[in-house]
Amino acid sequence: MSGPSKSGPTAPAIEAVELTRRFGAFTAVDRITFEVRHGEVFGFLGANGAGKTTAIRMLTGLLTPSGGTARVAGHDVYTEGEAIKRSIGYMSQRFSLYEDLSPRENARLYGGIYDLTTTEIRERTSTLLARLGLEAVASRPVRELPLGWRQKLALSVALLHRPSIVFLDEPTSGVDPVTRRQFWELIYEAAASGTTVLVTTHYMDEAEYCDRLSIMVAGRISAIGTPAELKRQHGVSSIDDLFVRLARPA
Amino acid sequence: MTPLLALLRKEAYHIRRDRRTLAVVLALPVVQVLLFGSAIRTDVKQARLAIVDQAPDEATLVLRNRFAASDAFRIVEVTPRTSDLDRLFRMGKAQAGVVLPVGFAGDLDDGAGASVLIVVDATDPNIGSVLHAYAEAVIRGFERERPTGRRPVQIAATTRMRFNPTRESSNLFVPGLMAFVLTILATLMTAISLTREKESGTIEALLVSPLRPWSIIVGKVFPYLVIGAVAALLIIVEARLVFHVPLRGSVVLLAAEAVLFILASLALGILVSTRTSSQRVAMMMAMAGTMLPNVLLSGFIFPIESMPLPLQVLAKAVPGQWFVTLARGIMLKGIGLEYLWKETLILGAMAAVLLAASAAAFRPRLE
Repeated sequence: MSGPSKSGPTAPAIEAVELTRRFGAFTAVDRITFEVRHGEVFGFLGANGAGKTTAIRMLTGLLTPSGGTARVAGHDVYTEGEAIKRSIGYMSQRFSLYEDLSPRENARLYGGIYDLTTTEIRERTSTLLARLGLEAVASRPVRELPLGWRQKLALSVALLHRPSIVFLDEPTSGVDPVTRRQFWELIYEAAASGTTVLVTTHYMDEAEYCDRLSIMVAGRISAIGTPAELKRQHGVSSIDDLFVRLARPA
Repeated sequence: MTPLLALLRKEAYHIRRDRRTLAVVLALPVVQVLLFGSAIRTDVKQARLAIVDQAPDEATLVLRNRFAASDAFRIVEVTPRTSDLDRLFRMGKAQAGVVLPVGFAGDLDDGAGASVLIVVDATDPNIGSVLHAYAEAVIRGFERERPTGRRPVQIAATTRMRFNPTRESSNLFVPGLMAFVLTILATLMTAISLTREKESGTIEALLVSPLRPWSIIVGKVFPYLVIGAVAALLIIVEARLVFHVPLRGSVVLLAAEAVLFILASLALGILVSTRTSSQRVAMMMAMAGTMLPNVLLSGFIFPIESMPLPLQVLAKAVPGQWFVTLARGIMLKGIGLEYLWKETLILGAMAAVLLAASAAAFRPRLE
């Protein structure tokens, strides 16, 4: 776990105010304001192109915002990019492991990048492989593993340095329902151990697994709350119905 | 474990896993040099020569023997009539003709000087001028061996060919080829390796990590620098063993200059990768960006001195030009840093500027 944030342990893990990103004339993210509490599993929902990935990229320091403010783990996204990078883990919708390296080598690489000691890397890697049941294939190239296994491995590797916040950008896209369930079990485990999780998805059933969620439509947050609150407020029986209603206002 | 070390090891894994690419990367330069080096030749061996000897005497016989003994020429016909020459040229039986005047020996002896006409087939102007130079060289040799006190044979043009007295074109081409294949190889390696990470998305994982851009650049450049240096050594060995290009200067200095040049090219590859996220486009850009300038503007095939001024200025910006000058100087002239420090500084500065530019372009942020 990385150190406590500057604003104290009671400050939100992620705090965005009027965060905006424009690409030329196109506004990908339009003045979004939200906060994510410590240890929460926060769902970031939206159709493709709604601005989820752009928002995540701003919060992880991959992209400079065009306006608004945001603090991640208590650090300012404009000026404290380095501190943010040390506190977060990241797994993108596109695969973030090296396919020609083995699970063990991938773990060792990311452990090294995050400056873990050799002993830490060795211990955490064997724990990780044992938990995922990957010992038998620990030295095979990752590309030989089934997609679901790879995604679980990618998540575990993103958590190897025990970040206080982990960003998951559509981690389950293309994965079968059973593996998705297992993947969410990993997410809950991480949250239970105190890691804040921000996860984007366009699977509406996954939305029900989140503690709280926001729904983005055309760069804006149109709804935010717990799944139960959102369903009650809008008088719908599922998040799926709500999503369709918000995305296509009648 | 330091982050940089982790990166370097990862890159070494990539290279080791992809043995086929490594084999291609190391074999390609050697094969390219072999093919180009054998194909590009401006020196001529056993050119077909017709001699018009209008009135044979002791002097013309000696000169004819000298032509016959020369490796450059093969005498296809000796005729007394100048008019035959035209027919021989048209039929393609002769590439060069030498016309010896009536009273050649007498002209030489009475001190008035003799004139010899050299005719060459200039369909290919390069070969034509080479043939001319060869013929002239034979006549000069003849002139030198005449007893002293006698007047020279009258030929207006004089040509000096220093540093390459045997007129082996491979001596001139191989250093240029070295620049050509090394720069393509090096630029392609980093351009492709980085765009591959963009395509697969793994670059994002590196960018959100606390790695500094410099670490990422060094992590990419160093492993490929090692490969490039090995390729350079293979080419130097090949130049020596296959093309018998002399290596009169210091191998260490040549290798060091090659490392500077490869560094500049690797940095260029990184710059290419910041402009595109497709391996295919990166490959095209890297090829176009290295091949054309290094064929046209490095002085490898076309002499820079004979280009129009704007091109000469442009050529100065091509790192290849400086490396070709350095490699020729070290290999053929055997000169060291005392003469080449300026070129070395320029090449080093180019490598430094390109590396700094690539690090600056390689922002920790996307888009």
